[in-house]
Amino acid sequence: MIPDKSRSSSVSFRIFKDRFFYVCVCLMASLTAIPLIWIIWEVLKKGYRQINLSFFTEVAPTTLEAIKAKNAGDLIPGGIANGITGTLIMVVIASLIAIPIGILGGVYLSEHRNNRFSSLIRSLTDLLQGTPSIVVGIIVYFWVVKPLSSYSAVAGSVALAIMMLPLIIRSTEETLKMLPGTLKEAGLALGASYTSVVLRVLIPSAFGGLFTGILLAVSRVTGETAPLMLTALGASAVNWDITRPTSSVSLLIWQFYNDPNLVDMIWSSSLFLLVLILILNIIAKSVANKWRIQ
Amino acid sequence: MLHIDNPILEFKDVSVSYTPGKNAVNQVSASIERNKITAIMGPSGCGKSTLLRAVNRMHELYPDIRITGEILIDNQNILTMNPMEVRRIAGMVFQRPNPFPTMSIYENVIAGYSLNGIRLSKKEKDELVETNLKNVGLWDEVKDALLKKGTFLSGGQQQRLCIARALALKPEVLLMDEPTSALDPIATNRIEELLLELKKDYTIVIVTHNMGQAARISDYSMFMYLGQLVEYDETQVMFTNPADSRTEEYLSGQFG
Amino acid sequence: MKDKIFRLLLMLSAALVLFICGGMVYSLVSGSLEAFGHFGFFKFITTAEWNPRPDQEEYGALSFIIGTLMTSFLALLFCIPFSISVALFTGEYFRGSKLSVIVSSVIELLAGIPSIVYGLWGFYALRPLMEQLNLSTQGFGILTASIVLAIMIIPYASSLSSEFISMVPKDLKEGAYSLGATRMEVIRHVILPNSGSGVFASYILALGRALGETMAVTMLIGNTENIPRSLSSTGNSMASIIANQFGESDGLKLSSLIAIGLLLFMITAVINFIGKLVISKFNKV
Repeated sequence: MIPDKSRSSSVSFRIFKDRFFYVCVCLMASLTAIPLIWIIWEVLKKGYRQINLSFFTEVAPTTLEAIKAKNAGDLIPGGIANGITGTLIMVVIASLIAIPIGILGGVYLSEHRNNRFSSLIRSLTDLLQGTPSIVVGIIVYFWVVKPLSSYSAVAGSVALAIMMLPLIIRSTEETLKMLPGTLKEAGLALGASYTSVVLRVLIPSAFGGLFTGILLAVSRVTGETAPLMLTALGASAVNWDITRPTSSVSLLIWQFYNDPNLVDMIWSSSLFLLVLILILNIIAKSVANKWRIQ
Repeated sequence: MLHIDNPILEFKDVSVSYTPGKNAVNQVSASIERNKITAIMGPSGCGKSTLLRAVNRMHELYPDIRITGEILIDNQNILTMNPMEVRRIAGMVFQRPNPFPTMSIYENVIAGYSLNGIRLSKKEKDELVETNLKNVGLWDEVKDALLKKGTFLSGGQQQRLCIARALALKPEVLLMDEPTSALDPIATNRIEELLLELKKDYTIVIVTHNMGQAARISDYSMFMYLGQLVEYDETQVMFTNPADSRTEEYLSGQFG
Repeated sequence: MKDKIFRLLLMLSAALVLFICGGMVYSLVSGSLEAFGHFGFFKFITTAEWNPRPDQEEYGALSFIIGTLMTSFLALLFCIPFSISVALFTGEYFRGSKLSVIVSSVIELLAGIPSIVYGLWGFYALRPLMEQLNLSTQGFGILTASIVLAIMIIPYASSLSSEFISMVPKDLKEGAYSLGATRMEVIRHVILPNSGSGVFASYILALGRALGETMAVTMLIGNTENIPRSLSSTGNSMASIIANQFGESDGLKLSSLIAIGLLLFMITAVINFIGKLVISKFNKV
């Protein structure tokens, strides 16, 4: 009754289509590696020459110094010490703000899974995580820069902290959810207070996962530029006063990019940033792997 | 062991291994008779499902699985054929009902055709759906709900839908891998009655861990243990007078 | 007592998110009131004028809204074939194998590259190429920005959809194979329909990323205050006009920029909300 074979495309054609599709998938998937390789190649090729000791110890050169060096056929002098210290200061302060709050908030969400308040907070955490970084920059401008009437490292830190917070909250929550419920009960059964069960049992048991989440959050904000333009602004000298404008590696790249005489510096700075982020990611991954085995 | 003239399905020294050097199915040879129900029994891990899935070439979905020997359907070695063609002549019903949740009941029945890219006219589709749903006794229950998703049906109905889906492709053999193990007794009963009717038109090979089921519906029974085919005989003979002591132990419930 | 304080501390930490979000909306709204009051909300989003001359100031967000939407949707379009391939590669064809780990790591690395480095690469490597191919004068514009954006969002789209694709039950796939389907047919008729809404949601979330992306777009879109008429024309996005002009602005212009920030916030919030909604529905089924 059913004329099967006559109307179906032949089996060999279907197999051909199947193979063709497979090859396409593999090809397209491997093509995505091209931009990665290209970017790394570009940054390495153009950036490695500038990396030397003074790159880490000296501040960014002025336009005049750069022009002089260029005319003499030398490498542009100076380094990105002001950016490195700025990034360091701001990321550290941001972490000091975001890590404790993020972990405690994550504990709250994992302890109250189904009440209305925590599902509201969960949605808002997602909202915050999806907020464009430039918008975070705008509000921190109003919350910190204006009241202090100056761009500052602390403003930059607050912006980065706001970006880290949702990442840490969610990773803490996810990690704690994976712990067996008996762990908490065992602690409470021994007569320990809720506080010490959370601080001495839950958080240490989840340490690997929390640590990974924190490192990934740090690596996410390390290369941020847009919110810092509106909050930390940048500075030409190494600055340890957190209430004054401060530079960061990413801000320096932006500054070099906009100054034709300093353009040679963008690649070395990018290289530095990439390596830094890569290291953070590798550590995060190896911690995650180790923790999973246990 | 049992000799069958003009078998529809033959195993010749079939071995299947998941890890090299360790056979999950070891040197099985047997012939299956047309329009009969053959049951494969044995304790879990004995290789009964593995053997059945070899007929459908299901093992090829997973790397590392090796099959040796020959499996013949109508005297053609299916291990050298194209797996897609093999799977169409050897229909398979699985342990857990698996209607496609994104398709309606109607689409599920003719899924074999749409998956294989065979274009059918509306009339042909309607006919296929009606005949096959009638075949599995589902037509009266679902004829007003053909466009609903198959996943809304009860477990037993879902399994019958899956049987209809397999039958729609008019397979030479219908392979069933513990088709009632996820169902309640009433649904199981209906499926067993259905199989007895279906054997008029189809050859059925059913893997079951349920001895009662094998006794109730099968004409022939195989008993497998540790990858080996221990005994193969008419069901009545095997249940009343097993030849091998291991079969006897199994049938008397000493291992399970 | 100690426990009570601690529980309060936990709740306050969680509540801080509420305060931040609330404060954010409040600050954005109050900051943009001047612009909306002066031009009217509707006129503000339908005017393409951007004129900072002191005596005849006029600001409208239309060209930036269009610039943002054009670059983001184009980026989404470009990223689909690649990210679906990556998702099928890691979630189906090579699920659980070493190869899929390698591909996932490459994708993760792509996600780790800072926006500004993408911008540099786009400017110094892609832009000259676009110029040579005569796709746009000087190589700037919507198309260049979209291509870089597409690369940036591939990781977001593919990692999530890979997860959904790998979640399609083995039972269903075997069921389809047992009917004689090829792998491609199984992917088309079983895997994609069954993971469809999850995959769709990953693209929505990736779109959300693209909408808010600032630096790379700023460096490549051309920064001209006009409605882009074609793929090769230059324009400006909402995020880049803020990044470019925020520091030097005050008064009405500043308020207009904040209003654009508010609009951007609302658009991404809606997009992300839809994405999460689809995912939570998907997980329930």
